[in-house]
Amino acid sequence: MFEDMAKRPAIWLSGEDSTSQIVLSSRIRLARNISNCPFPSEADTDSREKVLSFIKSAIDKSPTLSQGRFVKCTQLDDLDRSFLLERHLISLEFRQCRDSSALFIGEGEQVSIMINEEDHLRIQSLQSGLNIRAAYQIAAKIDEELAKSLEFAFDSNFGYLTSCPTNVGTGMRASVLIHLPGLALTKEIENVISQISKLGLAVRGFYGEGSDVLGALFQVSNQTTLGRSEEDITESLERVTQQIIEYEENARNRLFKDAKDQIEDKIFRAYGILKFARTLTSEEVLNLLSAIRLGIGEGIVKMVTLSQINEILAFSQPSHLQKYFNKRMEPGERDRIRAKLIRSKLAEGK
Amino acid sequence: MLCQNCGKKEATVHLTQVVNDEKVELHLCRECAEKKRFHTPFEGVPFPLAEFLASMLDQSLIEKPSKVSDKKCSTCGMRFSDFSKIGRLGCGNCYVTFRSQLNDLLRKIHGSSQHRGGVPFTPGDVMKPLREERKLQEELKKAIQEENFEKAAQLRDQIKALSNKK
Repeated sequence: MFEDMAKRPAIWLSGEDSTSQIVLSSRIRLARNISNCPFPSEADTDSREKVLSFIKSAIDKSPTLSQGRFVKCTQLDDLDRSFLLERHLISLEFRQCRDSSALFIGEGEQVSIMINEEDHLRIQSLQSGLNIRAAYQIAAKIDEELAKSLEFAFDSNFGYLTSCPTNVGTGMRASVLIHLPGLALTKEIENVISQISKLGLAVRGFYGEGSDVLGALFQVSNQTTLGRSEEDITESLERVTQQIIEYEENARNRLFKDAKDQIEDKIFRAYGILKFARTLTSEEVLNLLSAIRLGIGEGIVKMVTLSQINEILAFSQPSHLQKYFNKRMEPGERDRIRAKLIRSKLAEGK
Repeated sequence: MLCQNCGKKEATVHLTQVVNDEKVELHLCRECAEKKRFHTPFEGVPFPLAEFLASMLDQSLIEKPSKVSDKKCSTCGMRFSDFSKIGRLGCGNCYVTFRSQLNDLLRKIHGSSQHRGGVPFTPGDVMKPLREERKLQEELKKAIQEENFEKAAQLRDQIKALSNKK
């Protein structure tokens, strides 16, 4: 499944405007539950199936969700799940989901809905670049359309009720995926992270909660969901993101002023390795791409474009690679095939 | 100062949280802070959420032991002690059953226990007054930002009238 999707990178990873060089994408996630039905972790199969069919029929009635594909968890093998995770369409938790869980993927992959994950519904909206508000508007519209046929668990004091009390209230998590090589190289990143966390925001790795930091890519999101309005949360994330961009730009300016030769060397070595290497692990690729993305942002790399970089970023992930060639591969074979694919992608640009 | 948890070692980790104008302080030794995982939420380790929540709960149980009784949710059968182990509630009614304990916990997690966000468009629209109140609250905030105090006063009265009707 999904071999067709694996032939192209997700739309949210295709931003080419100036903000997309530092902020790759913006995301909104809303957690919702159906009133009077136990949350998925406590529900028996009957109850989970009932919830699933309620939600399926609500999705069918939603005009915004008229195009897309609906897949049940039972149709997904391990490779499909890892692929969807790499594509940021599902969470780490959803990868473990059993029967009666399902996923809706909207047209263009800018919307996905996880059903019977930790909560009955997880509505997700993704946009490329720094576009938190646009992502929120789409998520809010879907929320409103679904609420016409579903009664959500809601309390006038606690707001939207969720399985985990860390999501209660708005049920909203707003996040940006941000590339901070300047702050990582100048070692200022820890300082920035500790400042961000004081502002009620959390910093995580590339694949979200519980994942590692790879290729200087960080996910910044709101930590609290109760006591603030949705507008407050999105505005403050946007403000803080603008501030982080400024810090990153300052760090880059200092780097190029104080250590121009070393940085340029690092960037062009990265390009050389990607262009000629015979085996490459996905982690190595993420780190090399980070250097080249920095070079493109600073205008010193001209032989490769941001969209080529994003394409390589997408396809070099382990499950993408296997879906792209429609073949299961062991890690060693993957590293060879990955290097070959990247060589051909970089040759295309010439 | 000695650690509030073990009472043996010197407290070197100090946490202060201001919750609804009420200051909550926690003084722990390095070992107890590590056990409670308070010191490093950003070291790249998967965040042990259930443990983190439980550690917050332990504190509230220590602070108000007399008020704690192990209630059971009539809808899903979850007990509060189950929740403190797994960190997840069983159903929407758990929030009603454990309201007072959750009030404390939510204030610690979010710094608030009162929702100020959107209100669902439920069939039959029983949520209309709540939604109206929220819209007025947003307008009030804007009026104050714009220093339009005359309008702000009007809005405040409207909000008051609405909440009296409830």
